[in-house]
Amino acid sequence: MYSYNDFDEAFVRERVAQFSAQVERRIDGSLTEDEFKPLRLMNGLYLQLHAYMLRVAVPYGTLSAPQMRQLAYIADTWDKGYGHFTTRQNIQYNWPELKDVPAMLSALADVGMHAIQTSGNTIRNVTADQFAGAAADEIEDPRPVAELLRQWSTDHPEFQFLPRKFKIAVTGSSTDRAVTKAHDIGLRMVRNDAGEPGFEVIIGGGLGRTPMVGKIVRDFLPKADLLPYCEAIVSVYNVLGRRDNKYKARIKITVHENGLDVMRDKIEAAFAEKKAQFDGVDQEMLAEIEQHFAAPAFKTADTSGYEAARLANPAFRSWTDTNLAAHRADGYSIVSISIKKHGATPGDATSDQMGVMADLAEKYGHGELRISHEQNVILPHVHQSDLHAVYSALRAADLATANIGLISDIIACPGMDYCALATARSIPVAQEIAERFDELKLEHEVGPLKIKISGCINACGHHHVGHIGILGLDRAGVESYQITLGGSGMEDATIGERAGRGFSADEIVPAIERLVLGYLDLRHDADETFLEAYRRLGAAPFKAVLYPSDAKADAA
Amino acid sequence: MKSPQVITANALLEGDAIWLTEDDRWTRDMAEAELIEHEAHGAIRMLFAQSQPSVAVGVYLADAKPGANGPEPTHFRETFRTRGPSNYAHGKQVELS
Repeated sequence: MYSYNDFDEAFVRERVAQFSAQVERRIDGSLTEDEFKPLRLMNGLYLQLHAYMLRVAVPYGTLSAPQMRQLAYIADTWDKGYGHFTTRQNIQYNWPELKDVPAMLSALADVGMHAIQTSGNTIRNVTADQFAGAAADEIEDPRPVAELLRQWSTDHPEFQFLPRKFKIAVTGSSTDRAVTKAHDIGLRMVRNDAGEPGFEVIIGGGLGRTPMVGKIVRDFLPKADLLPYCEAIVSVYNVLGRRDNKYKARIKITVHENGLDVMRDKIEAAFAEKKAQFDGVDQEMLAEIEQHFAAPAFKTADTSGYEAARLANPAFRSWTDTNLAAHRADGYSIVSISIKKHGATPGDATSDQMGVMADLAEKYGHGELRISHEQNVILPHVHQSDLHAVYSALRAADLATANIGLISDIIACPGMDYCALATARSIPVAQEIAERFDELKLEHEVGPLKIKISGCINACGHHHVGHIGILGLDRAGVESYQITLGGSGMEDATIGERAGRGFSADEIVPAIERLVLGYLDLRHDADETFLEAYRRLGAAPFKAVLYPSDAKADAA
Repeated sequence: MKSPQVITANALLEGDAIWLTEDDRWTRDMAEAELIEHEAHGAIRMLFAQSQPSVAVGVYLADAKPGANGPEPTHFRETFRTRGPSNYAHGKQVELS
C-alpha cells in the first residue's frame, strides 16, 4: 500500500495548518461565509440539513488497518461513534462541529489521509475496483496508476476551477466493478495484440439529471501515455466545457454537444503536445509507486478445516456462498463484509465495527481493507484456512450478514435524512425493503439483484444503473418514489428505463415486492436473473405487475 | 404572501438548524420562532438575520403555519430540520427533549 513520502506529508500538513487558520478567522468574524465556503469545500466540509458533514477521501477505496482504526477514533472523538461509507468509496462524518474539523484533519494526516478535493469543481478521489490486486480476473493491479492519477490531480494548478466536478474510475479487470462507464473518465485495463497491458479510455459517462453511458475515445492507450492523455482530456474539457449552465457543465454534455469525433480530434491534438512535455518523470514515479503495491507474501496452508466447517455450519456456508469472491492466489478468497444488515443504514459502520474490521485485516488479511462503491468493506486477501475465524469475529460484531449482491445489499445515498440537496429520503426505503425481504425469506431464491436508491436527481445512489432503481422526489410537498428498470453499472452498462408514475412513501415497498414476486413468476428458471429476465421480456410484463390496475384497464 | 413564514438558518459553530425569534434571538426550537405574516416585515427581518453572519449561515424564509405551541413546518424538509434524521435518535429529537 502507498505510504506518504516527505512531500505528501508536508503538503497535507500545510493544508491542515492553512485550514485551521481559516476556521479560526471564520469564527472570529474576519472571514465572511462567502469567503469561507469555497475554502471549506476545498477541504471536504459541507453544511448539511442538521450539521456540518466532513467527507474524507479513501484513495481508490484502499485503507490500511491503522487508517481504519483512526477513522474509528475520529468517529468516537469528534462525531457520534459511526461513519458512513459512500458510493465514491469515501467516508463521511455527519456531525462534526466547525471548531473540531482542523483537529479531525490533523488526525487524518497522522495516518496519511485527508479530505482535499472531496468537493468542488476539481478532479475528485480516483475510484477503483474494490478487488484490485486480489481479483482472479485481473490483468494488473490498477491502484498504482490510480495513485499516480491522485498525485497528478491533487492541487493540479490547471484543474482547480474546472467547469464542474470531474471523476475518474479505473479497473484492471474485464469484469467492471468500478462503474467505469458512468465516470467522466473511465479506464479499463486491456491487452493489445502484442499482449501488452494498456487502457481502453472511456469519456463522458455520468449519472445525475442527464444520465449517459461513457463512450470509448481510445481503444488502446499504452500505460506509459496515461498521464499526458488524461491531461489532454481534462484540458480540452476545461476549455470546451460549458460554464454558463451548471446543469450542462459536465464532460458528458461536452461530449454530447460536440460529438465524440470532435472531442477525440481535440484530445489527440492536445495529447501530442502534452506528450512532448512529459520527460519520463511520471514513469519513474509510477515505478516507485508500483513497489508500494507489491502483492503480500501469500501463505500456503491446509484448507480442509475450511471445507469441514462449511459442511458443519449452514450459516457459515451461506455466508461463504454469498460474501466470497475468487482470489488470484491459491487457497485465498476475497471477503466482502456486508455493511447492509437488514434494517440498518446502508454503509454505516460503528467505531467498534471499524475496530473489529481493522483487527481482522491485521490478523488475517495482510493488513488491507477496501471500501466498495456498493458501500461494503472488503478484506481482499484472506486465506481459506482463516475464513471461519474471520466469520466468527464478524458475527460477534454484527457484521456477518450473508447478502452480498442480493436484494438487501442496497446502495442508498444519505437522502433527506442528512443531505441539503435531497428531495426525499432514501435510507428508510432501503431499510424497509431489506427488512421486508428478510421477513419473506426470499432473497436467496430471488438471487442477484441490485437495488439502488437516490434521494434526488443528482443520483449519488446510482439509481440509473440499478437493476431496480428508485429515485426519491418531492411531488407537491410529498415524498414520491420513481422506479427505473433494467439498469446496469457493469461492463454492459445500461441506463434504466422509467417504469411509470411514482409511488408514495407508503406504496414504494409493496410496489418493489410486487415487482420482485412478479419476476419470480416471469423468469425462465432459477438461473435467470432479474436483469436477464428484464432484457429478454422487456418492460411490459414488469409494468403490468407494478401497475395492476392499468393492466386491468387495458384488458377491459 | 401565500403562507406565513419563519426565518431559519444553520448555526455557524454547530451547523444545526436555528430559527429567528421575535426578540432577535436565534432558537433551536422552531416553536419559539417569530411567525411572519407580512411580506414587508419579512424583508426587514431578513435584513436583520443576514446581518448576523457570526451566528447564522444560509439564512432563508421557510413556509410555516401557526400551531398550538408556536409555528410549525408545512413542508416535510422543514419538519426533518426540526427533529433530525429518521434512522437514528440523533439531533433535535433527542437534544430538545
